[in-house]
Amino acid sequence: MRHEKTEDKPVISASASKGDTGVYRRLPMPARYAINAVVVLVLLVLGELMIDGGAINRYQSTVLEQVGIYIILAVSLNIATGYLGQLPLGHAGFMSMGAYGCSIFIIRMSEVLGVGARDFVTGTPMALVLVIGGLVVGGLCAAVAGIVIGIPALRLKGDYLAIITLAFAEIIRVVMLNIDDVLGFELTGGAAGLTGIPGFSSFLLVFGCVAVVCFLIHTMMKSRHGRAILAIRDNEIAAEATGVNTTYYKTLAFVVSAFFAGVAGGLYAGCVGVLQPAVFGFMKSIEILVMVVLGGMGSMLGSALSATVLTILPEALRAFSEYRMIAYAVVLIIVMIFRPQGLLGSYDFSLSRVIERVMNRDFPWKRRDDKPAAEKDGEEVSAHAER
Amino acid sequence: MPSDKRKRRSVLVQMETPNLIPERDLGTIPVLQAEHLGIDFGGLTAVDDFNIAMGKTEISGLIGPNGAGKTTIFNLLTNVYKPTRGTVLIDGYDTAGKSVAEVNRMGIARTFQNIRLFSQMTVEQNVLVGFGNTMSTHLITDMLRLPGHWRQEAEFHERALELLDIFDMRKYADTQAGNLPYGAQRRLEILRALATGPKVLLLDEPAAGMNPAETEELMENIQKIRDEFQIAILLIEHDMSLVMGVCEVVGVLDYGKIIAKGTPEQIQNDPRVIEAYLGKQEVK
Repeated sequence: MRHEKTEDKPVISASASKGDTGVYRRLPMPARYAINAVVVLVLLVLGELMIDGGAINRYQSTVLEQVGIYIILAVSLNIATGYLGQLPLGHAGFMSMGAYGCSIFIIRMSEVLGVGARDFVTGTPMALVLVIGGLVVGGLCAAVAGIVIGIPALRLKGDYLAIITLAFAEIIRVVMLNIDDVLGFELTGGAAGLTGIPGFSSFLLVFGCVAVVCFLIHTMMKSRHGRAILAIRDNEIAAEATGVNTTYYKTLAFVVSAFFAGVAGGLYAGCVGVLQPAVFGFMKSIEILVMVVLGGMGSMLGSALSATVLTILPEALRAFSEYRMIAYAVVLIIVMIFRPQGLLGSYDFSLSRVIERVMNRDFPWKRRDDKPAAEKDGEEVSAHAER
Repeated sequence: MPSDKRKRRSVLVQMETPNLIPERDLGTIPVLQAEHLGIDFGGLTAVDDFNIAMGKTEISGLIGPNGAGKTTIFNLLTNVYKPTRGTVLIDGYDTAGKSVAEVNRMGIARTFQNIRLFSQMTVEQNVLVGFGNTMSTHLITDMLRLPGHWRQEAEFHERALELLDIFDMRKYADTQAGNLPYGAQRRLEILRALATGPKVLLLDEPAAGMNPAETEELMENIQKIRDEFQIAILLIEHDMSLVMGVCEVVGVLDYGKIIAKGTPEQIQNDPRVIEAYLGKQEVK
């Protein structure tokens, strides 16, 4: 079987996952998307039903919304760290741009259009349009900030980039804090915070956004634009010599990353209802970065998983509130010692691939006798995931 | 794109040394031309007064002792280093002020002495990065998976596999580039450069680390590329069997200066070349 199969192949088997018949049956493209869409829809409906039915209480559903927001933040930061290979430390800055942009837009526009706070809860069409508009505006605000910081910052590398983005996020925070007092605006509410934001975030909205964001990042990375970004990470000099406009693609990755962070910021505003600049400090950026590094740089599933765990863990450990930060730190140390590449490395999950394996009866336990090939396959999977 | 104003219509003619340019290329615009090219690093003149004019389908070699400035010349031709003096014209267009990526799009592609692949990407993806500038889908088309995206991906998937066929590498298409055997990595680097659609291909020590059989194969491949793609190839090499076997013109570089230029036979018997490599005979 597999054993003989690999015998006649070159040292590195390019087709290690081929089935016994030699022809590996694949799912047609529309089917792949349909399957994933159905799964996402089922999960969304299931979650919504559980919330409506009372299986998930109010507190738990708020935590779930937080989880979704952090997933968006982590996968968006993953574009800049995992795919582009840079180390920006200012993600909270983009998040706050999005949060303020979105909430100010929604507050002002709902006055103009006469949409009341109740409409956001019941979800009238007008309110829905306003919310989606607000999220896009939030994303655009963050994207503009991303361009402003990205063009100078991306000329630098490594530590220097980290510090300049860190400083920029602090600038944003201080501006949010003082802009009203200094310039006499009535925008952000300063240190007292921005209040009166309608609570528009809901389980469906947040996880709908998670699905859309993950889809868009996935499709971007598996196109010529994504390949150019990955090429810059792997070897910038070679990428340039191969005709990749490195400045453009670095900025693109950075701006897309900022845009989605802004969307997450908007959702965050709708979830908590009050915005204070202090929330978007340096620690928030670090928190998001930790999620990405812990999950595995370059792995979307890894980012999502670790965002989930690291959001739920502190909540679950509330009973031991004195010790929970210790537990958090210990988890980080252990992971970094035993799996420095992150929990999932660069592995990414693909439902269609699993289904294809089942279709071809290509199961892991069938290759138990063939250790080297199994290892090869592992590498191939990670290579595959990069696509 | 360079404007027509910048186009220089200098045409290849037989110059001071006869038989340097292959006859088939005479009367055309030189595909690569450098005039009085030079660069100083601080007080050190790394390259001084380098001149070259290459015909459309010429294979040339650049040899010289270690530290003579060969790779520096490649870096000057591709604008990695900005030349202190002199000009580089690619197919008649001046490269001054262009970025490395723009120079690549003007028609010059290169490989590296120490292999620089996108090692975490698959072989096919490596080639597809090279095709990147030929592909034209907008970011939105790609992100929303509109029909244009599928059409283009399918087209370039085929083209990438066809390109891999040249070196019989289709079987590696899904392999991670970093896991390839050494020889295949060198070949992939050449293919990736070819995918950018160059007019001139610069090969920096393509035979480094290869055994004689592999070098033999490489020689055939270099000629095959020239014949199939009708491009000019300039290569740096220490392996004399390769240089003498495949190059039509050889330039010898020492201390940043061209000390001799000619056909392989002329070079082999040139006393200046022997001196540069072996040193002067002491007179007792």
